[in-house]
Amino acid sequence: MAQVSMTVNGKAVSGEVEGRTLLVQFLRDQLRLTGTHVGCDTGQCGACVVHVDGEAVKACNMFAGEADGAEVTTIEGMANADGSLGTIQQAFQDHHGLQCGFCTPGMVMSAAALLKDNPNPSEAEIREYLEGNICRCTGYHNIVKAIQAASDAQ
Amino acid sequence: MYDFELVKPSSVADAAAALGDEDAQALSGGQTLIPTMKQRLAMPSKLVSLAGIEEMQGVAVSAVGGIRIGAATTHATVAKEVAGSYPALAALADGIGDPAVRNRGTIGGSLANNDPSACYPCGTLASGATINTNKRAIAADDFFVGLFETALEEGEIITSVDFPTPSAANYQKFDQPASRFALVGVMVAKFDDGVRVAVTGASESGVFRWSEAEAALNGNFSADAVAGLSVSADGLISDMHGSADYRAHLVGVLTMRAVAAC
Repeated sequence: MAQVSMTVNGKAVSGEVEGRTLLVQFLRDQLRLTGTHVGCDTGQCGACVVHVDGEAVKACNMFAGEADGAEVTTIEGMANADGSLGTIQQAFQDHHGLQCGFCTPGMVMSAAALLKDNPNPSEAEIREYLEGNICRCTGYHNIVKAIQAASDAQ
Repeated sequence: MYDFELVKPSSVADAAAALGDEDAQALSGGQTLIPTMKQRLAMPSKLVSLAGIEEMQGVAVSAVGGIRIGAATTHATVAKEVAGSYPALAALADGIGDPAVRNRGTIGGSLANNDPSACYPCGTLASGATINTNKRAIAADDFFVGLFETALEEGEIITSVDFPTPSAANYQKFDQPASRFALVGVMVAKFDDGVRVAVTGASESGVFRWSEAEAALNGNFSADAVAGLSVSADGLISDMHGSADYRAHLVGVLTMRAVAAC
């Protein structure tokens, strides 16, 4: 077991982890931040996307020990300070960018990473950026619309 | 996942010492290794993370000209940093996996793994790059030995890769959309002393140079020069995504496209 400390959604946290503990397990099982989902557990589906030091990563494909000292943002960190939905989350609600909702945390985190680097992406750029986020409900169309709307709103 | 020890050295020397243990394995970005361990296809008892080694990070102009890329540099960083100096390599890095994978996966990890369908072995071989390790410098022509096999010795660590910059180059990747690896990928790079053509995703022995195309392009650097050439389907990969004949056909088509785009 090793001690890890990191900042998660602006709060300093620490815990004991094994070498094999994945970042997503630390977030969900120890910190009880269950908004980050585990879909495929093979790095394909993107439901577990979080930001580590400002970059989108798949939390099922990184060990918690590798995030020691990092700044981590999860879907729980995307709401406004008063608890209302953040711009991207609100756009997903307004444009029906989700059905079952399982992929949504990863979609929102990927969208946030895209808009940070490219505030006005084209539809093609949005679709290309979401290559690593799989949704089995929506056909992506409303997800893309939501991200376009969030881009305009920002 | 099964239990193992994770260590995080901060220097190449400490990493090399840690890799001296039996069953120890280097961990770079982990985008292939971690899923492989989940499936028990690899079961190291100790993982030595290379991510915290400062001297293995970043992109710089090397002393001999060209570009030196630290082995632990992510695909996303390479895509950004070499966009001006080596656009074809930047485009190659920017097409690997997906954005989240590119934020973790590294050039050193890709080269050490030598997946027969990976992009970096192709870009490295076509560039005639030099792979520097903690023990020696290895020419790309000598590095890629076969399927998932390289010239690296047990415990040897890739520290950086030196790329000479070509006067023109292009990488054409025919995506395998499920895996995001190349169904076939071809990189053409034109240097003052000749043209190099490397092919990934096609051969059962991994990345290779298409010398016939190189000879033709040295005489006449145009897509027409390779139009009549073809590679033999013998020894090419055949799977549910494409037959050996189809892959052989793609090698020719992608080579022409790469030359035309140079």
